[in-house]
Amino acid sequence: MIVYGFINSLVLALIALGFSMTFGISRVANFAHGAFYVLGALLAWLFLMKVGLPYFVSVILAVVIVGIAGALMYKLLLARLRGLELSEVISTFAVGLIILELMRSLGVMGFQYRLPPFYRGSVEIMGTYVGIQRLIIVGAGIALLSALYFFVHYTRVGLAFRGVPQDDHTAYTVGINPDRISMFSMTLGSMICALAAILIVPLGTISVDSGYEILLKALAVCIIGGLESTLGVVVASFILGYAEVMTAMYISSSFTMVVPLLCMLVILLIRPSGLFGKHKELEERI
Amino acid sequence: MSANEYLRVENLGKNFGGITAVNQVSFSVDPGGLLGVIGPNGCGKTTLANLITGFIKPTSGKVYYKGKDITGLRPSRIANLGVGRTFQMVKPFYRLPAYKNLVIPLSSPKVRRMGGHLGDKDSTALDILEDIGFERDSSIPFQPARNLPHGYLKRLEMGRILALQSDLIIFDELYSGLSLAEVAGITPLIKKLVAAGRTIIMIEHRLKELFRIANKIIVMDQGTIIAEGSSREIMKDEMVQKAYLGVELKK
Amino acid sequence: MKEKRRKERIDRGIKACTDDIYCISSLREIAYLILPRALPVLATVLVLLLVPMYWKKVMVITFIMAIMAISWDFMASCGLVSLGQALFFAMGAYASGGLNHYLGWPVYLSLPIGTLLGGLVSTIMIFPALRLRGMYFSMVTLIIPLMIMRIIEATKILGGTEGMSGLTPLPGLAFSAVLSLIAVWIVLFVLRRLVVSDYGMIFMALQDNDRAVEASGLNTLWFKVQAIFIGSAMCAFCGAFMTHIHMSVGMSAFALDLSIFPIASCVVGGIGTLAGPMLGAVVLGPLSEALRSIGTFRIVIYSAILVIFIVGIPEGIFPYLKRKYEQTERWV
Repeated sequence: MIVYGFINSLVLALIALGFSMTFGISRVANFAHGAFYVLGALLAWLFLMKVGLPYFVSVILAVVIVGIAGALMYKLLLARLRGLELSEVISTFAVGLIILELMRSLGVMGFQYRLPPFYRGSVEIMGTYVGIQRLIIVGAGIALLSALYFFVHYTRVGLAFRGVPQDDHTAYTVGINPDRISMFSMTLGSMICALAAILIVPLGTISVDSGYEILLKALAVCIIGGLESTLGVVVASFILGYAEVMTAMYISSSFTMVVPLLCMLVILLIRPSGLFGKHKELEERI
Repeated sequence: MSANEYLRVENLGKNFGGITAVNQVSFSVDPGGLLGVIGPNGCGKTTLANLITGFIKPTSGKVYYKGKDITGLRPSRIANLGVGRTFQMVKPFYRLPAYKNLVIPLSSPKVRRMGGHLGDKDSTALDILEDIGFERDSSIPFQPARNLPHGYLKRLEMGRILALQSDLIIFDELYSGLSLAEVAGITPLIKKLVAAGRTIIMIEHRLKELFRIANKIIVMDQGTIIAEGSSREIMKDEMVQKAYLGVELKK
Repeated sequence: MKEKRRKERIDRGIKACTDDIYCISSLREIAYLILPRALPVLATVLVLLLVPMYWKKVMVITFIMAIMAISWDFMASCGLVSLGQALFFAMGAYASGGLNHYLGWPVYLSLPIGTLLGGLVSTIMIFPALRLRGMYFSMVTLIIPLMIMRIIEATKILGGTEGMSGLTPLPGLAFSAVLSLIAVWIVLFVLRRLVVSDYGMIFMALQDNDRAVEASGLNTLWFKVQAIFIGSAMCAFCGAFMTHIHMSVGMSAFALDLSIFPIASCVVGGIGTLAGPMLGAVVLGPLSEALRSIGTFRIVIYSAILVIFIVGIPEGIFPYLKRKYEQTERWV
């Protein structure tokens, strides 16, 4: 159980990472996150199964294309709507719906839409058998998290990343174009999202409905952990991950989706800024 | 505590995720008169105002108003008890006409209790606007607030306090961003409030103007009070000069 | 003597609103004010009378959707942008359905009580999120209905996935048509009156600056609760109404269409005008019915319209029409 909880937590962290990152840098809540997730998986599947490219190449292609999609969405839509929160929310939500429902109406459903795992087989850890794919997720998750941490904290671009959300205009005056940084963050966020999809999807099938579920999970994790805090994402996904596994074990697996809701409502009532959020405005009691 | 003591702050403190914004601040305000709060940027003046008016919950300490513990009450409760405040960032209700901006405070329970519901709210609002220098017969009071220039918006903030008829008023950087002429226009309004027996706390950066009207000054630095006294005393205080005023006022 | 006539373009809207005497000074001015309000009402009545049976049903659904759209617009102009309008709908549907199914209450009781109960339950559910602003609030409202749906699925309460069926229908299509027509116009005119009253001003002020409202001595949380209750009760009425039309209630009450349609109508018609959403719904409702054959692809089209309007015509149709109407030229 400990092992499965750990894996589940990392899956959640991977899902939420892209969302939290985009939000933390550009203040765009990407409601198309779930759509990008499914899109990433589907593209990888297309390249792998239909075009017949090698696994590695198709993964890279899929990730890059989703990244481009994210950049385009920023360039064509969001760049014109910056500052209008309402419009931002609605337009990303609408883009997500377009992608997902388009896939649904094209008939993306069923069992043939599944990615093969990187490696089959399983190993025994602490008395439970764990598929190698899950181990890869764990490894990749940890690697991605730490790579991102180093990128944001120890590179020049990372510094710009941390600077822009604090003040757009100041960023301009020191020669950073916040628009470009935001676009870059959007691209990176979508790429992480697609990568997460390709890692996680071999555990199940590609389905349109999972797009909504992914968005929900990402939102729940981010709200509990505090939007834009990477540490918050990790901690919240561990809380949720273990909580889900425990409910599935002791109560019933159909209750697993209920747990995030309850966690979220409790957190909102106690600390509206989330566990690690640094929102002064939210700390105000209105 | 003395019976006529107005506002008393005891060991008030606030941490923002490890950063101490306000650290064990204690002071008291007597009724009537004008108290100035000064200090360099980021020394916790605005946080102090937020703590007193309930917009932020303090980590430690108590606030008493007229002998009543108001720590941790909702900002609206505190406003209804008679502590009014303006905001540093002027943000009126942009979509509403200027006079409707004052209808909001006029609908508050406090004003209703005081009989403010008698008569037309709109005309009361227009009267107040006229007091603070909105030309009654022009179209200015009827314009949406988003069309008004900065000076008018600052006055609109004051108007909100007047409409609310607060006894203790906290002005958060009322003068910032105003021209000398506009400051000269607002200062008499503040003097009038003092003469009417209101108690005023002014958080200010414009020292020259403040020193002219303040009875007492509190100097803050890094979340603590470093000096307290009349304008004259503060100007002479060595520590204050070192911490904040520098050479600027030695002349 | 032949007087030379010239064309005059005046902002009649402003004049009509500011000069009380002016607007009732002549029949023409009275007509100027009354017509844009009376004509649409008449038009809807006539359309409802004239169209064939099938399209009558479509019109009823359109009116119901218009109420949802108006409710969304009202909440959005209070600063509460909800992405989960379906929650309110579903709460009304389940409340009314439950009263009818489990307690056996007749329609004329379960409809109004279901409306109030649904509004109340939705308000309680949204309550924890009320301290959040802007985008944060939207995120939570998106999650809550989908989660509630999962809870109903998991716990199998209220009929689980199948829902409840065999409910009492409304007495006849004519009745429901009239009811929905009256409801939508009452909602529209009452809300438009409300938002310019002193009480409604407080709601409008909430969006602009809720801290200043709080500093004015008004409890923002309480007013947000009221706003949510007004908005959700309207949606709950829609839910309760549709429940009795379909004679069943189930998971489809949480459908995403119900959340996205009001938003689309508002964006098309013009956000913040209340009449705009009505117009948008009247445009989009029949359109979506005509597109019924292409199934879920409908949502793609809605969303595409949404994106096009929000980038291209952010103002919406209604403000444009209003401006043109007020600028009409006349001979003097």
